[in-house]
Amino acid sequence: MATRGSSSAIGDPLVISERETRDAPPHRIGLWHVGVVVSTHTETPTGRSIVLDVPGWGGNLAGQHADVRLTASDGYQAVRSYSIASAGDSDRVELAVDRFPTGEVSPYLVDDLLPGDELELRGPLGGWFVWKPTQTESVQLIGGGSGIVPLVAMIRSHTDSASTAPFRLLYSVRTSDDAFFRSELERPTPHLDVTWLYTRRVPHGWPRPAARISLADLAASAFASSLSPAVFVCGPTGFVETVATDLVALGHDPQRVKTERFGGA
Amino acid sequence: MAVISRGFTGRSREHTPELPPGQYLTKDFPVLSAGPTPDIATADWSFSIRTDDATLHSWSWDELHTLPIEDIATDIHCVTRWSKFGTSWRGVSLDTLFAGVETSDEYVMAHSYGGYTTNLPLQDLLGGKAWVAFEFEGEPLDPEHGGPARLLIPHLYFWKSAKWIRSLEMMSSDEPGFWEQNGYNMYGDPWLEQRYW
Repeated sequence: MATRGSSSAIGDPLVISERETRDAPPHRIGLWHVGVVVSTHTETPTGRSIVLDVPGWGGNLAGQHADVRLTASDGYQAVRSYSIASAGDSDRVELAVDRFPTGEVSPYLVDDLLPGDELELRGPLGGWFVWKPTQTESVQLIGGGSGIVPLVAMIRSHTDSASTAPFRLLYSVRTSDDAFFRSELERPTPHLDVTWLYTRRVPHGWPRPAARISLADLAASAFASSLSPAVFVCGPTGFVETVATDLVALGHDPQRVKTERFGGA
Repeated sequence: MAVISRGFTGRSREHTPELPPGQYLTKDFPVLSAGPTPDIATADWSFSIRTDDATLHSWSWDELHTLPIEDIATDIHCVTRWSKFGTSWRGVSLDTLFAGVETSDEYVMAHSYGGYTTNLPLQDLLGGKAWVAFEFEGEPLDPEHGGPARLLIPHLYFWKSAKWIRSLEMMSSDEPGFWEQNGYNMYGDPWLEQRYW
């Protein structure tokens, strides 16, 4: 059976060391870059976006992620991965982070980090959940909550490259206050169609009652499987499980449905 | 030299020697999958080992369960940085499954239902280090965690413990599997932090 991935060398971190041990093949360790926070923006009651200048970053593909490292004054370190909301060749990187209440890194990034602070990043990482401007097929994006972040990178890459590939986004949020990048996503964008789904409270006069995303929502608003769209699904595990299973039930080829799940940490 | 993060204190510095570098403990069981969860009935399930001379060693679900079943208690470590201590599994040792297999090849490609692949040195599958597991914490393995059966190779990062395992194919040289083509390390030793390329 063929593997699903391509073998392209995207996302190869810069190599600073390569060593062999008796038991293991050679491996490589990526370089840490020091970024400076340019600005932060409150996106939701629990989440914010963070724009950084990261000299030497060298750009990333839409959908990739970065390791973020925090270091305490006694040398203690904590590292977590975050999806990147930006894409392209620039050394300017935008992250968007949702605060996980018992988390160790996300509360710092959402509540404490200030413009001018330095932050260490490594990456870009991941070569699977990515969209490239050379792709011409229809693209269906389906995001839940902060799972929108890599999908926004794809939308931005689509716009920046003047791609005419038809894009659709289904974005499921609890309430309108819980949407990341709301104003950007509400702006009309060529070749992009956005459907909002609310799970807890709908805006006044909204036709669809508040409910979790269902097979009927996908049938009504997503590209049909007959178009063989590339599908990207990102969100909490339960959301992704439901959506991916329903997409397969609607005839989508599982090989064309790429998923990324946010665990509980 | 690392940059000090202004105002960051982090969690307690309690030393946990069982925790590989860069990992944190979780009590959850997060899910990492690249695509939809395949739906595989045990009646349709089989597991096979294929050697270079095209010999096929194959087991149905019922045949697998006639083999010696082991209880496994182990810590597991995911490349996305969570570790989970003291998990319990039941499954069949790959020593048992390889007992009748003759091969001179030193590498294995694991193939899963749904198309996932991951590469492994054969020696990492033998010697009481690896299983085909079908129970987790006393229950049948949940599909989103790899049920009906997955590889369990807890001394490597958990992406090597292929979910929805279907077959092992012997290889003369080490070829990258799915995540290994997409940015993850060829071997994946958590104690050496072999996460990425």
